[in-house]
Formats: sequence, C-alpha cells, structure tokens
Amino acid sequence: MLVFLITTPMKKSIFLLFLFFFMGYSLQAVASEVSENDSLQAAWKVLSDKNYNKKAKAIEFIAQQNPPEAVPAIKAMLEGQLYYSRRGKELYFLREIEGNYEFTPLFDGEPIIQKKKRGFKKVKINNRLRSLIRQLLAVIRLDNEDANIRLAAVQDLLKNPGIEAAGRVKNAIEKETDDRVITSMQTLLAVIQLESGDETEQLSAIETLSQSLNSSAMNALSDYQPPTEALKNAAQSAIKKINDKRDLYAKAETVFFGLSLGSVLALSAIGLAITFGVMGVINMAHGELMMIGAYTTYVVQLLMPNNIGASILVAIPAAFIVAGLVGIAIERSVIRHLYGRPLETLLATFGVSLVLQQTVRTIFSPLNRSVETPQWMSGAWQINEVLALTWNRLYIILFCLAVFAALIMVMKKTTLGLQVRAVSQNRTMARAMGVRSTWVDALTFGLGSGIAGLAGVALSLLTNVGPNLGQAYIIDSFMVVVFGGVGNLWGTLVAGMSLGVINKLLEPWAGAVLAKILVLIFIILFIQKRPKGLFPQRGRAAED
Amino acid sequence: MLLMKMIRSDKPGAWLLAILLVVSIVVPVLNLLVPENSAFHLSTYTVTLLGKYLTYALLALAADLVWGYLGILTLGHAAFFALGGYAMGMYLMRQIGERGVYGDPVLPDFMVFLNWQELPWFWYGFDQFWFAALMVIVVPGILAYVFGYLAFRSRVTGVYLSIITQAMTYALMLAFFRNEMGFGGNNGLTDFKDILGFDLRADSTRIALFLASAAALAIGYVLSRIIVSSRLGLASVAIRDAESRSRFIGYRVENIKLWVFVFSAVMAGVAGALYVPQVGIINPGEFSPLNSIELLIWVAIGGRGTLYGAIIGAMLVNYSKTYFTAALPEVWLYALGALFILVTLYLPKGIVGLRNMRKEKA
Amino acid sequence: MIKTKLKKLVLATAITTVSLASAGLSWAEDTIKVGVLHSLSGTMAISETTLKDTMLMLIDEQNKKGGLLGKKLEAVVVDPASNWPLFAEKARELISKNKTDVVFGCWTSVSRKSVLPVFEELNSILFYPVQYEGEESSKNVFYTGAAPNQQAIPAVEYLMNDIGVERWVLAGTDYVYPRTTNKILKAYLLAKGVKEKDIMINYTPFGHSDWQSIVSDIKKFGSAGKKTAVVSTINGDANIPFYKELGNQGISAEDIPVIAFSVGEEELSGLDTKPLVGHLAAWNYFMSVESDENEDFINAWKTFIKDKKRVTNDPMEAHYIGFNMWIKAVEKAGTTDPTAVQKALIGVAVPNLSGGYSAMMPNHHITKPVLIGEIQKDGQFDIVWETSGLVAGDAWSDYLPGSRDLIADWRTPLSCGSYNVKTKKCSGQNY
Repeated sequence: MLVFLITTPMKKSIFLLFLFFFMGYSLQAVASEVSENDSLQAAWKVLSDKNYNKKAKAIEFIAQQNPPEAVPAIKAMLEGQLYYSRRGKELYFLREIEGNYEFTPLFDGEPIIQKKKRGFKKVKINNRLRSLIRQLLAVIRLDNEDANIRLAAVQDLLKNPGIEAAGRVKNAIEKETDDRVITSMQTLLAVIQLESGDETEQLSAIETLSQSLNSSAMNALSDYQPPTEALKNAAQSAIKKINDKRDLYAKAETVFFGLSLGSVLALSAIGLAITFGVMGVINMAHGELMMIGAYTTYVVQLLMPNNIGASILVAIPAAFIVAGLVGIAIERSVIRHLYGRPLETLLATFGVSLVLQQTVRTIFSPLNRSVETPQWMSGAWQINEVLALTWNRLYIILFCLAVFAALIMVMKKTTLGLQVRAVSQNRTMARAMGVRSTWVDALTFGLGSGIAGLAGVALSLLTNVGPNLGQAYIIDSFMVVVFGGVGNLWGTLVAGMSLGVINKLLEPWAGAVLAKILVLIFIILFIQKRPKGLFPQRGRAAED
Repeated sequence: MLLMKMIRSDKPGAWLLAILLVVSIVVPVLNLLVPENSAFHLSTYTVTLLGKYLTYALLALAADLVWGYLGILTLGHAAFFALGGYAMGMYLMRQIGERGVYGDPVLPDFMVFLNWQELPWFWYGFDQFWFAALMVIVVPGILAYVFGYLAFRSRVTGVYLSIITQAMTYALMLAFFRNEMGFGGNNGLTDFKDILGFDLRADSTRIALFLASAAALAIGYVLSRIIVSSRLGLASVAIRDAESRSRFIGYRVENIKLWVFVFSAVMAGVAGALYVPQVGIINPGEFSPLNSIELLIWVAIGGRGTLYGAIIGAMLVNYSKTYFTAALPEVWLYALGALFILVTLYLPKGIVGLRNMRKEKA
Repeated sequence: MIKTKLKKLVLATAITTVSLASAGLSWAEDTIKVGVLHSLSGTMAISETTLKDTMLMLIDEQNKKGGLLGKKLEAVVVDPASNWPLFAEKARELISKNKTDVVFGCWTSVSRKSVLPVFEELNSILFYPVQYEGEESSKNVFYTGAAPNQQAIPAVEYLMNDIGVERWVLAGTDYVYPRTTNKILKAYLLAKGVKEKDIMINYTPFGHSDWQSIVSDIKKFGSAGKKTAVVSTINGDANIPFYKELGNQGISAEDIPVIAFSVGEEELSGLDTKPLVGHLAAWNYFMSVESDENEDFINAWKTFIKDKKRVTNDPMEAHYIGFNMWIKAVEKAGTTDPTAVQKALIGVAVPNLSGGYSAMMPNHHITKPVLIGEIQKDGQFDIVWETSGLVAGDAWSDYLPGSRDLIADWRTPLSCGSYNVKTKKCSGQNY
C-alpha cells in the first residue's frame, strides 16, 4: 500500500492524498526538489539537512517510494532514535543498551557500540514533521490488527477529512469488524458526503452526523451551506441535537472537575482535621508535612528509576511513615510543651514551617523536583468523544475516599482511636482511666502528619514539588476544616467536596479568580449562619 | 489629667513615650544637622528603616488591642493596614499628575498602558489630601464595622472567627491582584513623587514622615491605654476571659467587641497610610494571610496583652529580619524560625514577661 | 529551672551575635563591590537562587582573571525574600550602606518597580536580567532580558507563518507582563487579519494549580477545525500543573502547540517532559545552542555548582551578558563611578552565548537573537527557528496606543527615557 503526503502552505492545512488518485501531481512536486534518478538515495541524505521544508518533502518522497526501510526509519525519527554520522551523513538507529549506545546502520553494515554519542547527531524533527509522519503512519495503520490503533488512525484522518480519503475508507469499512471503528468511519464518510453527495446523500449524511459527537462532524455541519430549505432545517436540528448532548456532557465534566478539586482539598485537609480538629493544635506546619510527603515520592522514584509504575505504591507507605515520624518529632520537641495554650501552637508551628522549608531548600535546592506520573495513571478514560475523565484525577478521588475510610476505621474501631477520642474530649478523665495521654498525643499527631504526607503523594502528581508546596495549600486546608466543623471528620470530607464543586460550577461563569473570591465570601457568610461550621460538634467539648 | 494618671499607673508606657520623644529629637538632629562624614551621622537609610518599624509597631499595637484584650485571634489585620496604604497610595498616584511616563494629566501610568479611557469612579476625590486622609480612616473602619457587626452578632468565636478574618484578607488579596479592579494589579501603586507638595525623596520629608509615624504611635498608644483602662477595656477583658458570663451579667458583648475592633482597624489603616510613602510601594502582597500571621508573632514575641510588648516585638522581629537577610542571606529563615519556636517555648509571656519573671523571683 | 534555660538561651544568642559580627567585620577594604539582589527565600527563590549563583560564578571567574581596574571584585549578597517592599529596603542598603558600585538583581516586574525609585534617587546601576513587558526605560536600569518585540512577536510570527496557526489562545497569569504582552499580541494579530472570535484570552491567579476547566476549554476552543495554538504567559509556579494537565487530557503538540515565554530549562527540570515533546518556548538563549562560548559557560557552571545535571537558562545568559558589559564599560570609563559607567555602557558590545555579539542600545535594552525551541524528552530544547539577525529591544511598544509615539534615548542631547516624538516632550523623568 503506497501512500504519500503533500503540503500546500496556501491551503489551511496538510491534506492527505492517495497515490492511487493523484500520483502524477505529487511526483511533480517532489521531482523539483529531488532529482528522479537516484532520488531515493538523495532523499535519505536530505534527512540530515537542517531545513525542515526540504526534510518534509524528502519524507513524503520516501513514503511514496516505500522501500522496506521507510516505516522503521520514520518511526524511529518520531521517537528521536534516528541518528546520522557527522562524517558520512549515514543514517543509524540508536539503541541504548546498559549505558552504552548502539548505532545500527539503516542499510547494511555492522552496528557501532560506544559509550557516548560522539560522532553522531540526531535527525531533528519539528511539530509539522511530527504530524506529517503521524498522518503517514495513520494510513498505514488503517490495516493494523489492533482495533484501537485503527480507531486512532480514523480519528487522525477525521481531523483533516479529504474527498480522497473516502474511497480508501469505503474499502476498509467493508472489512471492518469493530463497531467503534465502523461508527468513526461512517462519520468520516458522512463529513465527505455532506460536501460532495447529492441531496438524498446529504440528508442521510446529516442524519449520521447528528449522532456523532466528533468535533469534525460539528464543524462540517456548521460550515455546511444547505442548498434547500429542507436540508437547512435538518442541519439546524442536527446542530441543536449535538449541542444539547454536548451541554449535558459538559455539565457532567464540570461536576467531575469539581469532585476532583474537592478530593484534593479534602485530602489535604484530612490530616489537619486530626491535628487541628481533634487535638486543637493550630498546625501551621501542616503544609510542610505535605511537602515532605511529596519529596518522599520524589526520593522513592530516584531510588527505583526503572520501576516508576510501582514507585507510587511504594511512596504511599513511605510518605506516611516519613511525614508521621517528622510529625512525632515535632510533637515531642515543641508541641508537647504547649497543650492548653492552643494559640501559641500557631506561633511555634509557624516557626517549624519556616525551618522545614529552609531545610528542604538546603537539601534539595530551591528548584522544583520532577515526579513522573506512572503509565497506568496517565491519559484519560475516553467515555465518548467529548467526555474524558483523566485517570490520575480518578485515582486521586478514589485515594481520598480510601484514606478517609481507613481513618474512620482507625478512629472508630481501634483502641488508639478510642483513646484519641477520650483524650480530646476530657484529658484529665482519660488519664484517670489509665490512658497514657502523652503517648496518645504523640501518636495522634503522628497520624495526622502521616495523612498529610499521603496528601503530599497525591499532590506530587498534580503540581510542583518544591519548597513552596505547603504554603499553597495551608490556607485552603484551614478553610475546609473550619467550614466542615472543627473536630468532625465527616464535615471535612463534605466541606472539601462541596467547596470543590461550588468552585468549579462558578468558574466557567466567573473566571478562575472571581470564582475563588466568591467561594471565600460564601464561607464568610455561611459561618455567620452556622457559627460552628457544617457539622457542629455537640456536647460539653464544644464549649470554649 | 487623665494622661498623668495613666502615666503614673503604666510605667513601661511612660518609658516608651519618653523614648519616642527622645528618638524624635535625636534622629532628625543626627540626620539633618550632623555632617555626613561624621561618625554620628544617621543615614537616610536608617531613618526610613526606623520610620517603617514605627508603622509596623503601630500595626502590632492595633493587633494586640484585639488579640490581647478582646481575645480575638485575628488573622486578617493586614487587610486594614493594606487598605489604609492603598488609600494613601491612590492619593500619591494622583499627585504624580502629568509627570507620569505617558504624560497623561489624569490617568496613572498603569491605566494608560492597559488602555483605560477614563478614571474609575472610586478614584475620584483622591487628588485631595483631606479626602484621602478621610478614606484612610473610613475604609478600614467601615470594613471592620460591617465584618464585625455580622460576625459578632452571629456569635462567631474562636478559630471560626480567626479563619473568616483570614478568608476576608485572602479574598481582598485575590481581588486586588485582579487588574480589572483598577488598583494596578500585582505591581500595585509605585513611583510616587511628592506628598502635599514636598518631594518624597528629600531628607526633610523623610524626617517629617518619621516624626509623623512616631507621633501616630504615641497617640495610638495613649488612646489604646485609655481604652483598656476604661470601663470599656475592663469589659473587654471580661469578655476575653468569659464571654457567656459577661453576656449574662448584662454587658452588650457585641457592641463592646465591635467598637474596639473598629478602633483597632482604623489604627491599622493609619499605620498603612504612613507606611506607604516611606517604603514607596503598595501592592496586593500586603494583604497576604501570611503577613497577618507574622504580625501576631511580633505581638507574641513582645508579649501579648500589654500594648508596649507589641511595640517591642514588632521592632525586634523586624530589626532581626533586616539584619539576618543581609548577614545570613542563605540561612536566615532557620534563625527566624528558631527564634519563634524558642520564644514560644521558653518565654510564654514574651520578652516583657522576662521583667515580670525577675520580679517574681525577687 | 526557667533560669537555667534562660541562661542557655542568652548564651546561645550571644554566641550567634558574636559570630555574626565577626563575619560582618571580615569585609576586606578596597574591593569593588557588586550587589546581588535576588530572593533566596519565599516564592521567587525557585527562580532567583540560580541567578545569585550565576553572579557568584561570574565574579569568581573575573577575580581569577585578575579582577577589575587592579582591584578584586566582591559580591554582596542579600535576601529580599520575595517581599516587594523589602526589595526597596535592601536596594537602599546595598547602595548606601554597603557602597556597591553596581547591582544585579530582581526577577518580577513588581520588584523592579519597587527598587526603581531607589536606584534613581541614589544614582546607581541595576542590571535586570528577565524578559518583561517593556514600557519602561530608566537612566539607572539596564534591561538585559527580552522586551516583547524580542520574544512574543517573533514567536507569533513563527506560529502564523511556519505552522499556519489561525486560532489563538492567549493564556496568562493575571499580572502586568501577561496583560501587556497579550494586549500587544492582540493588537498585532488583529492587524494581521485574525478575527476577534478566533482569539481567546484567559487569565488565572498566581500559583493557580487546578487547570482542569481551563485546559478543557482550550481543547474545545481548539476543536473548531482551524489550527489552534496557545501563547502562554503563565508565570513560573503555575506552569507545572498546567503542563501536567495538558499531558493528561491528551493535548499533544501536534494538535494544539503551546508556546511559552516563561518556561525554560530550569522550569522543565522540575517536570517529566515526555508528554510535552513538541511544545514550544521562545527565548534568546537555549542551553542547546551550539557555540564555543556556550560550551565553556555550561562547563564552568556545572563545575561551579558541583552538579553535572544542572541546566542553564536564558536569564543566566542575560546576567552573563550584563556582567561582561559592565566590566567592559568600567574598563572603558576607567572608573566605577555610576554616571561615567552609564555613559560608557551605551554602545558596548560583548559576545553572547549563541555565537554572536549583543550590544547595549541607547534605550538601555540590548540586541539579541530570537530563538524558538521545541521541548525534547530530556528536558532540553531543539532549536527549530531563529531570527536571521539580531533584534534590538524596544522600550516602548509600537502596538500600544499610549506608547506608540514614545522613544527612549539616553545619549545627549535627548537623554530621556520617554520622549514623545509628537509633542516633543520628555515626561516622567526624575532628574
């Protein structure tokens, strides 16, 4: 199957053409650049050139000639693994084997293995070449065995549907077995028929397109110039139908965004709900404990560079332990002396937060550190063509709920939880009953800190891992805890989620900044109505 | 007479006023009259620095009044300070007139290059000093009144009150960051030229601002002292220590709280207004919740609930910040952090507590 | 009990004070003092600490070459802690207390605006190394970063002509640099025939971390069938969550390329760049530039910082150029006196790191090449386009109505930072 591409800068984008239909035209265009005799040889040489326009033409030509080396070479180019020797401008594949570089010649010859890349240079590509190559491969991939790859190929074609693609897809659709691919192909055909078919064909095309959420379908319908009144009405109702569906999905998406923002807020506040809510320590170092969790994730990834996928799973207990231990150390050295003086814990923990920040700056430098998102957490769950939920956000929502459930279990079902509640309600009485209150205090603070560390793991996948990470979240965390009602864990969860959703519902309408301001005003007014938060604590302990 | 009585009963306060008086005489002399190459010359750098500390001290005093005597842990006092500062900054901007880089007679530079066609309504009147001075008092006062009225009437107390004060200053910060607001966004207001016709860069103007700050601090201190030793002040302490009980006895808790809160906010606003011409810039960073927390630390380090302690704390912390950021630029946060921790652990009553501790021993 | 604790506390304080004082006294006499005014703590420390280290390295190297005018150079480092009023205070301290002859510093526009009156009052020299919104030319400030015409406009030209972009998202953090740059770009795009509905402008607060809605909006905006690009003036900290969200929502550089003006090698080093390959940045320098000067500079930097993986970036090059310009001007003037050096600086040309020469123009901005790079897997940029020659920085933009008629020329007889060629008036000057 021979294919080639041509770029026409006059037109709006790159058009895909097929050799079957337009061979002559394309050859003319290429022939002006590459002489026809030993043209293939010359085209390969052009790849080491600096001029991207020349390179584009050469790649088209190579694809059109389609020698056996073409597909692997083009693929390697996309991966950045096609190199050329500085001297002879010969092409090589690069492979990295145990710290050595192996350069295999594209044509025949012995592979060269050396420690450094000296003497070789990468065949550079830019965005335009990249999308050109992808489209080239897309057509090849229409025959792929994997239905997902075929689907992606059709999607790529849909981005720039041309009349030439029609015949090709018509052939393919008959052999096609996968429903999703068939639907996409039908959409593609409909888009083309809308422009070129007769009246009945156009009407059926509109019908097909009205079922599709693909943006090319929508664009085709909006650009469509209906020749008759009947077609005009059909097109308009189709557009309306698509828009209604899209609005619905957009709403669903907004709610998802809200929940995911809410879960981040809740996750970062749960730890504080313990240290501040249950123990009454105004813990300004809470943000820095999250920062420690995030840095732990970074260190874990450094220690297991070849196993990024598992590193996050290792980081979860690691961050809990490290942040928990730091928390216990803070409790034993500073906060222990301040029980009964809650306001002063604010000052001391603020001092602690400054020291922790500077420590991190000294150890890890003030630069941000990079935490890699593992493969299984990247990308999105494509529900349909307009609604996609990103995996990492989904996992974070689940993680937040899991952490919360585990915490509730600890507080309700274990001896530690019982003792924690006892000490927080009546310290003297609890001690009289034989509870070692100092030990409980240390463990409780450690638990809260450890959960802050868990939040840090989640944040490391979303945002900067740097010394300022904590400061960015501390204010929001306090808001969430107070809004939910101090001392009430359920309140924290509900508060985090609802603030997240409110924020995201306001955002499209008011913009990001104004939405945040409105949420703050909402909190201020809400506290007027319910001065003890969403779920006020009842009983004696609630009194000041 | 009241003043004499007050001074007799408040020895540290008397000392403080005396020191302020001495400094107000010595500093101008050393700066303006002593020749520059003399060892006794006080550089203009030091004068502006001292002036800045004095405004911080006034702010700390305001915070101590609500925290130390009303028991409200306010995390939003920097908002009043910044609002006072913005009112003054707007006056100073209008004073630039056509000396801006674009030469527009009315619009400040930042409005010209963001293509504003006319002055927003809330900038009217700020070309008059009296109006700006009024706004320095009125704007923080009204905000404090409305906020306090709502919060105290609903009996929001404790950490809930603290957090909503924080929400207030945070919301204001975000709002002032917005360029559409017409306050210069992140860059704030800067490049001031003169105040009441005097060149801001002249040493004599600087001295005048320094003296004004010292005077404001002295007056603020005396007024605060009068309040706390009056019936209102005593009632405040009663509320701090047992709110419900005071209410049952028959005190109008809300009103007492409200008026002290408003007075404190106005004092913070005045501090901000004096601060801006001395540092030459006001921007939304002043609203930052962290600033309000730092402010509490000054008060705590000096000694909460004493008024003069707040002043000492503000001076000390800010001096150490100035000193450490130059002498130990890489590690000064350790020093500052350690200072906070140690003072909280070992000096629960702040630095002024040291004196009492010695007294107790003796 | 309390007494012993107190004694310990007092003792500890005393020891620190003494050691600090002795550190303070160790300043040697008769050196040329160079002030370094970069935040080492607070939000901007992420970017500015590197510049402090760059200055220390440059000063160190100059001393190894024998110093300047027969004297050693001495760096005076202070920490303005990302606090804008503190910048002004520290600037005054450097100039009047430490008697520095020149200061290298600032990153954000607001910090520069804050110190500007101080430098003008005390007549000192500031070298400002970061790309900024323009609309300023001070007698005392030398701008070695890019003005909008040295970064934004060439970048948009590239996207328009080489990539064929027709629909534009201008996304930025809500502060002066993005506001001004986007104003200039919008005026430019409209002048080029782009329709109003094909431009989407979006502002977010500082440190914005939840980009889900905005990225999804961009995706929708980009699905209208025309080639779409994002021109990002998003500020440092917010970039990482932005790019992470781009990667997760599957916006690849081929679909919707993002060109950034504030994302360099250093920012990318905090990021996994694999999902970002192909997104762009416009700068005047990339670490991947091939030139002898650059290779020397990178080696010197890695040795100085003792980290083989550390990267270099554009503001570092700006300091490199600025420092060498200052050295040359001092040698030319034979003194470090600010007035003489200010005069001598205009017209000074020194090698930049991309293999050419940069010269100080009469408007206190410099000439630079403009480069456009695509992000690679290893966090470096592949240079895909560059201007054929050098571009001179414009203090006043031609695309803003207020500043169209303004020019800056610090040579006599004009000697003015904002001279209106229509009214023949010089305004806004403090001299």
